[in-house]
Amino acid sequence: MAELNAVEIRQVSKIFGFGEFAFAAVDNTSVSIRQNEFFTLLGPSGCGKTTLLRLIAGFEYPTSGEIMLNGEDIAAMPPFKRPINTVFQSYALFPHMTVAENIGFGLAMLGKPKPEIKDRVDAMLKLVRMEALAGRRTSQISGGQQQRVALARALAPQPKVLLLDEPLSALDYKLRKDMQIELKRLQAETGITFIFVTHDQEEALTMSDRIAVMSSGKILQVGNPREIYDAPADRFVADFIGETNFLKGWISSVRNGIADVDTPVAGRISATMPQDFHAEGEVTVVLRPEHATLCAPDQSIVSQMTGKLENVVYFGTDTHYHVRLSDGETLFTLREQNKPLQSARFNQGDTVGIALEANAARVLRN
Amino acid sequence: MADMPGTIEAEKSRDIRKRWLLSLPALLIILVASTGPLLIVLVYSFLTPGAYGDVQWLPSLDGWIGVVMEKDIFDGTVSLADAHVSIFMRSVMLSLATTVLTLLVGFPTAYFIATRPEKTRELWLFLITIPFWTNLLIRTFAILEIIRNEGLINGLMLKSGLISKPIQMLFTDGAILTGMVYVYLPLMVLPLYASMEKLDFRLVEAAYDLYATPFRVLRKIIFPLVKPGVIAGSILVFIPALGAYVTPSILGGGKNMMLGNLIELQFGQGRNWPLGSALSITLMLIVMAALLVYVRNAGSQGSRHG
Repeated sequence: MAELNAVEIRQVSKIFGFGEFAFAAVDNTSVSIRQNEFFTLLGPSGCGKTTLLRLIAGFEYPTSGEIMLNGEDIAAMPPFKRPINTVFQSYALFPHMTVAENIGFGLAMLGKPKPEIKDRVDAMLKLVRMEALAGRRTSQISGGQQQRVALARALAPQPKVLLLDEPLSALDYKLRKDMQIELKRLQAETGITFIFVTHDQEEALTMSDRIAVMSSGKILQVGNPREIYDAPADRFVADFIGETNFLKGWISSVRNGIADVDTPVAGRISATMPQDFHAEGEVTVVLRPEHATLCAPDQSIVSQMTGKLENVVYFGTDTHYHVRLSDGETLFTLREQNKPLQSARFNQGDTVGIALEANAARVLRN
Repeated sequence: MADMPGTIEAEKSRDIRKRWLLSLPALLIILVASTGPLLIVLVYSFLTPGAYGDVQWLPSLDGWIGVVMEKDIFDGTVSLADAHVSIFMRSVMLSLATTVLTLLVGFPTAYFIATRPEKTRELWLFLITIPFWTNLLIRTFAILEIIRNEGLINGLMLKSGLISKPIQMLFTDGAILTGMVYVYLPLMVLPLYASMEKLDFRLVEAAYDLYATPFRVLRKIIFPLVKPGVIAGSILVFIPALGAYVTPSILGGGKNMMLGNLIELQFGQGRNWPLGSALSITLMLIVMAALLVYVRNAGSQGSRHG
């Protein structure tokens, strides 16, 4: 039995402005979000991800299209009737209420009896580990604590879907890492469908069940993190998720889904191909920086391309190398994990060879 | 080391002296233009009226007694001055009604302006201040022109056959109220706007998101957060309304007096300066009492919420 999708966006467009100033923030987009899923809308700022979230929340109404919640069209329903709650980027906690009053607000507005509200608020405070600060003003707690209160407030009315609009962007690195784990835990414990908006690809990869990558109001690819990373649908997705090297080439032959691609800079490399992909002539090949290693330029067995090492950047866990390839144009990035007590094997200005791991390359659509 | 505190001390006292010097003009103005005249009024209220106005330097409590009592000129018995009491009541009621009405009209107006795009807000504010360009007297006469029996409204209604004889609108409490609401509305809108402009409208969205209906968003979120503006606006409207003179004297005619007119009467035709002075101070006391009650109530609620 096919389960009803939690949220279904059907050919939704949102156009701001009129006439020549009209601008489609969301452009004829369709996507299905499953029950109890941690779903992420990922994209650069201005790609329409927040507008899509606001359409689901009800702060904006779509210019056209349908928004279904558990099979019911809610596109025209005002936000206070939708069983959907939002964690805002700015938290938007009510400054004239205490932490507990903030958390209980939604329940009070739903007309729940006082004892039930109190029990639920207590449970929520416990869930986000804020019991000790229930009586505090929201201005008297730290950013991370405000974040937890915002979460508890949105979860308290037990919404069908929880929307999170870049909720971690204001936190510092360490706190953000903690909250990522916390969010995953809360999602697992509550079993609520989470729709998470972020521009941080790392955050998206580590937290999501599925990711939708957006650009210019359109969803370019939907898939689990591994699919998005390993098999990007197009150049934008490949470029936006992680660091990526692009090489131009021509397909010479295809066998069992593996293509031999002739490239000007690296000679013939074999690359995996998307299913049902038929292309001839010029294609683009993607190579992830961690799937290549540096070697001496004269090791012709492993070395597939040569170039001049332009930049060495030490990152602690790994070192990034930027190599200007022999065509004098392409800057190839690769990443090697640092080993204990190992000094840099190559220095800036060295001529180096680059070895590719098996199946490292992938042919892009178009 | 030892003279360090001394230097700081000297610095401090020099600083304080400088501040006194700088605030001297303001203090002088307050003394000459505010405290001084008030003292004169206070002293005059305890003197005896002169035959042609002015005062005789004979101490007397008649002025204060006359605020709420009146002496029968034949048998000298003292009874409650019904006329004065009703004027007090009318003044307070009309001022309260003015405050409430300006709040009812001003709140949506301020909200409207505060929710406009930043660029157009200035234009709206500018429109609000336009009435200030014209003299109050002229604006009040303009209202008179609209509502008098031969005026615009009655004229139109008569011509269109809606009514057969003009409705008496001028020289009623309603006319005074209309005039005062019109005159004092900007004083309500401006402080309301000032606090609404600072309102974080994302909080409004958050409340909508948490199942609050538009009315409840207004009551639970917007109103508590813009309360400082509501308090400031109410004070700015209530105080001058209570002492209003021009509007009630033109639109209320001779019969529907307010406190301001009563006071004016004592200094003019009444030739009873001590009574006028006592009435003025009574007006001040009413304002102060009202303020105290209002601010204390609003303040205690404020400390519970924000």
